[in-house]
Amino acid sequence: MLAVLEYHLVNYRRTWRGSALSSLVLPLLTMLGFGVGVGSYVAGGVDGVSYLDWIVPGLIASTAMQTAIGESTWPVLSAFEWLKTYFAQAAAPLRVADILGGHLAFMLFRVLISAVAFLAIALAFGTLHSWWSPVALIVAMLVGLSVAAPTAAYAATISSDSYLAILLRFAVLPMSLFSGVFFPVESLPVVLRWIAYALPLWHGVDLSRDATLGLDPGWLGLVHAAYLIAWCAAGCWLAHRRYRRRLVI
Amino acid sequence: MASLIRARGLIKRFGDFTAVDGIDVDVRRGEAFGFLGPNGAGKSSTMRMIGCVSPPSGGVLEILGLDPVRDGPAIRAKLGVCPQLDNLDIELTVRENLTTYARFFGIARKVARRRADELLEFVQLTERADSKVEPLSGGMKRRLTIARALVNEPEIVLLDEPTTGLDPQARHLVWERLFRLKQQGVTLVLTTHYMDEAEQLCDRLVVMDGGRIAAEGSPRELIERYSTREVVELRFNAESQEPYASKLEGVGERLEVLPDRVLLYVADGDEAVAEVHRRSLSPASVLVRRSSLEDVFLRLTGRTLVE
Amino acid sequence: MVTRLLVSSGMGRRSVSVTERNVATLRSAYWIVMVSGFLEPVLYLFSIGVGVGGLIGDITLPGGEVVGYAAFVAPAMLAASAMTGALSETTFNFFGKMKFMRLYEGILATPVRPIEIALGELLWAMVRGALYSAAFLVIMVVLDLTTWPRALAMFPATILVGFAFGALGMTVSTLIRSWQDFDLIASGQFALFLFSGTFVPLAAYPAVLRWLVEITPLYRSVHLIRALSTGTAGWPQLLDVLYLLALLTVGLTIAGRRMSRLLCK
Repeated sequence: MLAVLEYHLVNYRRTWRGSALSSLVLPLLTMLGFGVGVGSYVAGGVDGVSYLDWIVPGLIASTAMQTAIGESTWPVLSAFEWLKTYFAQAAAPLRVADILGGHLAFMLFRVLISAVAFLAIALAFGTLHSWWSPVALIVAMLVGLSVAAPTAAYAATISSDSYLAILLRFAVLPMSLFSGVFFPVESLPVVLRWIAYALPLWHGVDLSRDATLGLDPGWLGLVHAAYLIAWCAAGCWLAHRRYRRRLVI
Repeated sequence: MASLIRARGLIKRFGDFTAVDGIDVDVRRGEAFGFLGPNGAGKSSTMRMIGCVSPPSGGVLEILGLDPVRDGPAIRAKLGVCPQLDNLDIELTVRENLTTYARFFGIARKVARRRADELLEFVQLTERADSKVEPLSGGMKRRLTIARALVNEPEIVLLDEPTTGLDPQARHLVWERLFRLKQQGVTLVLTTHYMDEAEQLCDRLVVMDGGRIAAEGSPRELIERYSTREVVELRFNAESQEPYASKLEGVGERLEVLPDRVLLYVADGDEAVAEVHRRSLSPASVLVRRSSLEDVFLRLTGRTLVE
Repeated sequence: MVTRLLVSSGMGRRSVSVTERNVATLRSAYWIVMVSGFLEPVLYLFSIGVGVGGLIGDITLPGGEVVGYAAFVAPAMLAASAMTGALSETTFNFFGKMKFMRLYEGILATPVRPIEIALGELLWAMVRGALYSAAFLVIMVVLDLTTWPRALAMFPATILVGFAFGALGMTVSTLIRSWQDFDLIASGQFALFLFSGTFVPLAAYPAVLRWLVEITPLYRSVHLIRALSTGTAGWPQLLDVLYLLALLTVGLTIAGRRMSRLLCK
């Protein structure tokens, strides 16, 4: 598994510049454009804090999800369909669990890096209000794995990248727009609210917000964490099954 | 009769590098004309200039009496091009590859559909008409590319290395189809670094090396002019074949030493083999064969065609 | 100039044949992607316009008119989606077809010329974009964010925006070296999306930034479409139209020239 992780890290050394740019610049822009720009028009703030302070933790969780999705869609499809990297790895004495685990570990590494970058920017803007803020990194990793694992399973099942576009449009974009990142889910109609509750991102957003604002999540915090872990576990189990069907014939 | 393709002192430069260095070519209607040479001889650059997708750097080039730079679209309307690497449309089916391509020539949809069916029949791909391109074998893809090049009923078909990378069976199938085209009176212009391909298909050819033309004629003329009737190939079990050269002095008209064998150019092969034995030499293997374009190339350039 | 080129010597017909090729590639899965393309700006409209709008309330336009936040954001989403659609087709897809699939090599062996490939691809992007815009406009009217006559005026404006960005995207594509450069393009596009007076009035920005934003193409597009949507269009919008027409002409000219150089070595 470590060997597979190392492979991805070595590959990443060639291409990190481009992604480093986007994983630093994009959050910064979002924070300025939304938090500061739109925030100046949100008169009363939200839940007693300024709009900027309120959306930053949501953006951290949402960026974690975006990064995880980015790494578990095209790269996975390509490793099966185009570059066939997985098949080359399967020819070496590696188990399916190593191939999958190594790649997931790399995805989490990418998630962590972008979350750290975002958290540092948030600190510079003075939007972190608690010593608990670093917990947002753990939350980001949980969110990352909870979407990366099932997405990798999905990417292992399809043959054309049109299906990835479908996933992004019908699942990822709605989830990022309606999971309480930009406005409280309470203002959604009841049906949509329950859809937001069912998807992993909202749980991460809520936990992340508690961490940076120093709120006590109470027993709901445990529910959030348990629910995210359930997504991670189910996703990994499903991905392992899908990978095995493709790699072990 | 006027030439379909006429080049005089044709030059192609890429920066400091001269890929084609002043060649004269005349291709006549209905013939199969070949450019024979190793990789990097300037064949593909010449083909791209004839295909009007690469402006000449110097000299004169006329295709169907037109200027490729000014009249590119008008000339291309009458050309069929089969490139060295298949660039079929992987997002379309086999049949759609032909019908959409026909539309680029402004051929009516109905005509395009009919012609696609005829061409699929011609290249024996009718059963695969609705398949995607991806799963086809290399030979099938090449046949489809050839069919695509015929969709506009071209006056000239350009084939760049038509059988490179194919297995022997697939090559013969392609040759057979191209021969059929030739019989129908289509003018074929092809490049190849296979001498057997050139001998099979070409009425006339030029041997290219380093961007220049080394010789021109029909395969038979070239062999008669630059080689002997027969060749004896001798292999000696030794580190180097070199020491045997002096011992074979005077056996044939000419002698070539290659890393793994010695070639004797002679009028009568059996007679020469007898002479070798008379000099009490015992090669590990002896092969008597007819002269080929490979020998012509060796004679002209001092190098073999396929390394 | 463009029109003169179009009528001359079958150029229009050959460009359309390139568009036809794209229509032929429509398959089951890709169809869904195609058809659902209009969904993205609609989702943004509901999330930001309606959701965040609930926190913001009303916005006062520079002319003094007061509109709901959703009515303020909707025309900007329309302009931004016209930009995104045109750019994705003319950068990512275009580059893939040129370098990865070597599709254009095959087409260039036919009478079709490089500029005609560019026009055909652009036309394709516009057909898609026009469908999305039409769907979005219907939604805007249904949500009472604008009126039918205004929506009819906005439709040609979105097409102009799409053409201008399409031409810009093609020029950019001919300058791209590798896939890595798309990260840069995506970042630039995202910056335009956030700061072109899309979510807040220009008055919210510091003065220096405001001047910079004034000259960006998306701001001019938002400026044009928002004025049409809120019924406040006047002479300043003529400037927007001229700006976009200039972008279209310059973009197409450069793209055609650079494509010939790239493909016909």
